[in-house]
Amino acid sequence: MRINRKAASVFAVIGAGALALTGCTSGGEGGEGGSGGDSAIISTNGNEPQNPLIPTNTTEVGGGKIVTSIFAGLVSYTAEGEIENEVAESIESEDSQNWTVTLEDGWEFTDGTPVTASSFVDAWNWGANPVNAQGAAYFFDNIEGYTPAPTEEGAELPDAPEMSGLVVEDDLTFTVALTAPEADWPLRLGYSAYSPLPEVAFEDMEAFGENPVGNGPYMLDGEGAWEHDVAIDLVTNPDYDGVRKPVNDGLRIVFYATQDAAYADVQGGNLDVLDAVPDSAFETYEDEFGDRAVNQPAAIFQGVNIPQYLEHWTGEEGKLRRAAISMAINRDEVTEIIFQGTRTPATDFTSPVIDGYSDDLEGAEVLEYNPDEAKRLWAEADAIAPYGDTVFDISYNADGGHQAWVDATTQSIANTLGINAQGKAYPTFAEALGDRENQALTGATRAGWQADYPSLYNFLAPNYLTGAGSNYEGYSSEEFDSLIREGSTAPTVEEATELYQQAQEVLLEDLPTIPLWYSNVNGVSAETVDNVVFGWDSVPLYHQITKG
Amino acid sequence: MPSNATQGDGHFVADVEETPVGAVDSFDESSKVRTTWSDAWESMRSRPMFWISAVLILFVVIVAAFPQLFSQTDPARGCLLPDSNGAPEAGHPFGFTRQGCDVYARVIFGARASLTVGLLATILVTVVGTVLGAIAGYYGGWFDSILSRVGDIFFAIPTVLGAIVLMSVLPTRDPLTVALVLSLFAWPQIARIMRGAVLSAKNADYVQASTALGVSRLQILIRHVVPNAINPVIVVATTSLGTLIVAEATLSFLGIGLPTSIMSWGNDIGQARTSVQTAPMVLFYPAAALSVTVLSFLLMGDVVRDALDPKARARR
Amino acid sequence: MLWYVGRRLLQLIPVFFGATFLIYFMVFSLPGDPIAALFGDRPPSQAVILALREQYHLDEPFIVQYLYYVGGILTGDLGTTYSGRPVGDLLASAFPITFRLAMLALAFEAVAGILVGLIAGLRKGKLFDASALVVSLLLISVPTFVLGFVFQYVFAIQLGWFRTTVGPGAPLQDLILPALVLASVSFAYIVRLTRGSVSDNVSADFVRTATAKGLSRPRVVRVHILRNSMIPVITFLGVDIGSLMVGAIVTEGIFNINGVGGTVYKAVQLGEGPTVVSFVAVMVIVYMLANLLVDLLYAVLDPRIRYAK
Repeated sequence: MRINRKAASVFAVIGAGALALTGCTSGGEGGEGGSGGDSAIISTNGNEPQNPLIPTNTTEVGGGKIVTSIFAGLVSYTAEGEIENEVAESIESEDSQNWTVTLEDGWEFTDGTPVTASSFVDAWNWGANPVNAQGAAYFFDNIEGYTPAPTEEGAELPDAPEMSGLVVEDDLTFTVALTAPEADWPLRLGYSAYSPLPEVAFEDMEAFGENPVGNGPYMLDGEGAWEHDVAIDLVTNPDYDGVRKPVNDGLRIVFYATQDAAYADVQGGNLDVLDAVPDSAFETYEDEFGDRAVNQPAAIFQGVNIPQYLEHWTGEEGKLRRAAISMAINRDEVTEIIFQGTRTPATDFTSPVIDGYSDDLEGAEVLEYNPDEAKRLWAEADAIAPYGDTVFDISYNADGGHQAWVDATTQSIANTLGINAQGKAYPTFAEALGDRENQALTGATRAGWQADYPSLYNFLAPNYLTGAGSNYEGYSSEEFDSLIREGSTAPTVEEATELYQQAQEVLLEDLPTIPLWYSNVNGVSAETVDNVVFGWDSVPLYHQITKG
Repeated sequence: MPSNATQGDGHFVADVEETPVGAVDSFDESSKVRTTWSDAWESMRSRPMFWISAVLILFVVIVAAFPQLFSQTDPARGCLLPDSNGAPEAGHPFGFTRQGCDVYARVIFGARASLTVGLLATILVTVVGTVLGAIAGYYGGWFDSILSRVGDIFFAIPTVLGAIVLMSVLPTRDPLTVALVLSLFAWPQIARIMRGAVLSAKNADYVQASTALGVSRLQILIRHVVPNAINPVIVVATTSLGTLIVAEATLSFLGIGLPTSIMSWGNDIGQARTSVQTAPMVLFYPAAALSVTVLSFLLMGDVVRDALDPKARARR
Repeated sequence: MLWYVGRRLLQLIPVFFGATFLIYFMVFSLPGDPIAALFGDRPPSQAVILALREQYHLDEPFIVQYLYYVGGILTGDLGTTYSGRPVGDLLASAFPITFRLAMLALAFEAVAGILVGLIAGLRKGKLFDASALVVSLLLISVPTFVLGFVFQYVFAIQLGWFRTTVGPGAPLQDLILPALVLASVSFAYIVRLTRGSVSDNVSADFVRTATAKGLSRPRVVRVHILRNSMIPVITFLGVDIGSLMVGAIVTEGIFNINGVGGTVYKAVQLGEGPTVVSFVAVMVIVYMLANLLVDLLYAVLDPRIRYAK
């Protein structure tokens, strides 16, 4: 899932994008949070979805919270990130590789058609097929018979056959064969890409995405409920009878381009629930909202990557310098002062809300501020090859609101090591990403990761495996790779966790990324609503919110 | 062209030499030639406001040139986060920024970049805008059409887009390049204003008279039309000085202006945004420095305007 | 006159193609790969990148991309955004709101600016003039994001006079506050410009003549001083229409207005050629029409200005 581009705090100054008007609702009352009204419609903030609302093509936060609300998958996540069966009655396996999924009887889409095993299998096959070019296709790449897309430029996208690993046994049962054992595979299944689709979807997927028909706790409030760039209106699905049964009448998700505007709307009584407090309010929001303010860790990891291809940053010298930089950063001070406690200093490479998170990994002391040791290590590295007065820069995209912490961090490094450290802003995310992809960085770069599903694997594999998709800075460690492979095929979740933690201890030695802090979810709610609880994925559990 | 100054309405007009009026018009050939411009200088010198604003400008320029004279603190070093948004204390009269840097030192050391960007951009914009606008307004025709339409296009280019593209082409990012980028998108405004003023000034009686007297078109433009059309340009230019310095902040914020290692008022104003509510003074000082600078140039602009305007001079 | 207007309208055609070509080239030159950037820190499956590249002709050379765009325009298709929405829809939803906002801001700055500037110019050096100077300085030095934030906090959240952000359908009463913020810097310009021109004209011959003729003071001010002071002010207003529309990014952000400035800014960030170019093309037309109007007003204000030939 995209991280930090959604952090629109920067827009507070520049403002931009899909700005929303709290537009006309069909019900009229809905949008006015403070003004009451008979119907208990919860208004909350969101962003214009990047794509039509097709589950397998919704990989960003804006569309994600809508898709999750209108679809019910096999399982759903609790606030703590544990899974509970939603449509599934059971998901079982003897060997962690061949799974049998049984559905609960009686589920229906809002168009009246039943939710069957085929609803899942067809949706997954469609989403995985390269010819449909779905953004979340890679979520199916561990299923037997998955066809990867061609990598060469200008290639024709193949219309792949259905995945051999998915077999429909009867209306309510299907089996899944994975390419390798995966003990915590069910943990993935709460992610929106695994949602079922009704038959009508396959007739015209594009049109379906504009007016999706789901089986979730909410459904679109008729034709035109989605007013582009303005808001989307959802009402409760009367036939929904799962674990997320809403206690309110619906949702109105208002699209904001800036968090400041959304925050002002909560203050002004036009919005009930906000899941992102702008940095201009970090100092004041807890005083202002009291127990209606939320500040708790979320599944978001932030760090700084120093490329493996830069002079002075390879081999033993690089190891020493990375450790020195890490110990030169006063994480407590930056999170306390710049972030006003809305970040939690990192002690590993995952997040405190994930099962298996640890704050006592071997070697984790490298993440503590230790100016003397930092200076010592830096001097040791200088003995190998003098660093001289080369500037150490941390690059970031200027449209992501990173400047303040980058400045504070480089300042901490400069003050400790006595070197010239400074931030380097890229005007657009595209340019920053381009230089990372082309390995053209001149120094360190900010890096971040928000989990799609609550598992250690999801934090580690994509970022640090040799050649992995988001491993732009070229880290490669045989030891790490084999530990991750072992972990993913471990027969039990406990054994897997043990191996993943060992893998992180390798990372602590090499520091391909220098962990900084975990982002918290910071939300506020108006007095019109109660029982606002935030999930592990930083999104409020909408169905629980009461109003009036 | 109504060249009827001498034979116009059919009235008889005597030769100047033949009338007593000639005596009135006789002049001391040894005296210095008084042009509009030298007249202006004479008039300015006598006004206290001229000296006040000149001293203010001089002061700002000296601060920009020699910041070390005014602050012993090196603002680039030794910022400590625990001082974040701290209140003034001994040796730090303006308190501290969000990053724990000395506000006073940053205001002093930020003068150079801000003034360079502001002045350079203003001068560029004014010179280019005035020349092009004057020619377009005075000569009209195809030159006017082309210039005006090019101006329309330039105006319609979103500054963000132009700045990103330009900055990625330019090798360095310093006050000079930022000034260049800002001017590139601001000149059509002054050009339009100048053109409008020239359009109106070129029809004035004294211009018609000069034409009749056979003064060349270019000379008329420079001697008579421009001085009479320049007033709104001075107003806009002096005001732009301030808005351009603030615009630099916006560019920096977008990651296409000055790097954070170069101190500037704009940068500081932009960064003070997040603590407007809790530490407004961090915003206040650089904004005040900006105001004083703009004020001094506005006042100077006023004096120059008055001096160039024969009517205003006559009044005193 | 008609000939003049016709000629100016004809100039629209080359300017349109010149501007779209230039802008398209600029978007094309933006560093970075727009498609890869759509997916943030996590690269999507290769299939998505290939499909999107082909769909938006990003795999073609620049000139081909431009011709695709122009070809689309001629058939009434302005292209689509990377999220698959027709650019025409974006234009239709953003421009009406922005236009209302800009007109409101223009009205504020014109009426208030000219009034304050007029009084300041007539009483040059007096208290009112000095106060006007201080207010102008304040508006120039305080950035829009601070002013917008303060206005929103004081007038909407504390006093509750206005809705905090612009509400459903963007009714005029919700646009008042953002329009005030948007107009602030231009207001300072107008005050200074009007004051300058008025103080010039107070001592002009035609004003003395009018006063000598025995015309009442209000009439002299209105007909002779104000009218003759308007040329630079009108010029500025004409140029400002565009800035108010595209340059409202900050104000739109603060008040959550789905307008032109924000849409263009976002499209530039995403490297979305068709969106940027289509919006800019409309803006060029707006500029040209506004400037044409201004040129025609010149002739009304100053009868000596003629557009013959």
